[in-house]
Amino acid sequence: MTKQELIEKVNSVLAEEFEKEVEELTPDANIKQTLELDSLSLVDMVALIEEEFGVKIASSELVKIQTFQALYDYLEEHMA
Amino acid sequence: MKRVVITGMGIWSCLGYSLDEVRESLYTGKSGIILDPERKEMGFRSGLTAKVEIPDLKKELSRAQRAYMPEQAKYAYCATVEALRNAGIDQDYLDKYDVGLLYGNDSSADPTVRAVDKIREKKDTTLCGSGAIFQSMNSTVTMNLGTIFHLRGINLTVSGACASGAHAIGLGALLIQNGLQDMIVCGGAQEVNPFSIGSFDGISAFSIREDAPEKASRPFDRDRDGLVPGGGAATVIIEEYEHAVRRGAPILAEILGYGFSANGDHISSPNVEGPSKSLRMAIERAGIDIREIGYINAHATSTHVGDTNEAKAIYNVFGDQRTEVTSTKSQTGHEMWMAGASEIIYSMLMMKNNFIAANLNFENPDEDSAKLLIPAKRIEKHFDTFLSNSFGFGGTNATLVVRNI
Repeated sequence: MTKQELIEKVNSVLAEEFEKEVEELTPDANIKQTLELDSLSLVDMVALIEEEFGVKIASSELVKIQTFQALYDYLEEHMA
Repeated sequence: MKRVVITGMGIWSCLGYSLDEVRESLYTGKSGIILDPERKEMGFRSGLTAKVEIPDLKKELSRAQRAYMPEQAKYAYCATVEALRNAGIDQDYLDKYDVGLLYGNDSSADPTVRAVDKIREKKDTTLCGSGAIFQSMNSTVTMNLGTIFHLRGINLTVSGACASGAHAIGLGALLIQNGLQDMIVCGGAQEVNPFSIGSFDGISAFSIREDAPEKASRPFDRDRDGLVPGGGAATVIIEEYEHAVRRGAPILAEILGYGFSANGDHISSPNVEGPSKSLRMAIERAGIDIREIGYINAHATSTHVGDTNEAKAIYNVFGDQRTEVTSTKSQTGHEMWMAGASEIIYSMLMMKNNFIAANLNFENPDEDSAKLLIPAKRIEKHFDTFLSNSFGFGGTNATLVVRNI
């Protein structure tokens, strides 16, 4: 999977689950604000990412991933 | 003591997804029972079940709201929207006054099983997702409805096995009679997935008449061979009489009496004394003569000992009075935690429309059911007062007496 394919898949999966338009998910946008996540739905994002990409984001790492770009980079780095 | 009236009803059932649809199904004698091939593949002794669709609430509720709702909470939401609308209650009213919520529910197996499977597979609890805990708790229906509708009165789930819905309404009526609440959303909900009743199937309680699903639920019939599991949700809005008059509510009926008892006996086999006591208490508290009761909605689930002992209990109390007795479970199967509430609605629909639905599949009586007047075909009859029984595992009994207004 190329980086662009990864970005498209992440955006499509998150937009569908959290019922947003894909266009709202821009690289520099804040994930929690854009997807309107609270402490509970953040758990759902972690579960969804694991389900779709096989990558478990540890809590200690999650706090560092603020933007979509940070998420793409993290996944690229950790995907087998 | 204050008077308690019913001012709204709503339902999500195998007989229909609105009061109009359900009334029509009761009138025509439609069966809601099917054979589910998935259950057979899972190793069920009986694949029979009521067919109930899970509503798609994407347009009505946000993702966050839906994430915490198992199927029975979705059924209960739809039933409650209909009941509130019929009672003339909007969100402004709910935001302004302290409305209570008492709902019968006694399991939430599907989300529980899925979460445990996930933990076993992934060895990571986070991956259960955020909804699992709220979906898995027994109080899931009341926690979901309470937050969605902003209810701020009593908020409690009543778990009394197959009498849960009836106890919820009865306890709600007691709170209103004593002036503690003006209005309570009451009801019962029941999940309809294989996980929820797999172990129930395991004790050979279900009918195995799989070649004719619509013939399988046959309460009081000599050749009955077990119950058929069903489900959905039913909501009734109960209200203090003067309060309902003041706000110009549509007053449908009055809850005259709530009787209860426990058998203190076998965990699954009912006796005769406990139910008889519950019937007598409801009639006594209603302050009426049994001759005023024009219809009895029996608990009868189509099991041998259950129907026999209820027939004996009814005969104990009513003697040769010969009031019509039917079990709507002949159409719906056993709606369990929901049944006590849904059967109030089924009886109300019959009372308001001057008929008694057929006790389907009542072809031959046995020794005890022969002593009761059980119509195998629908009859056109006006009645103004009915009695509804609900009995549950552990020997919990509830009886409600309701009068037309």
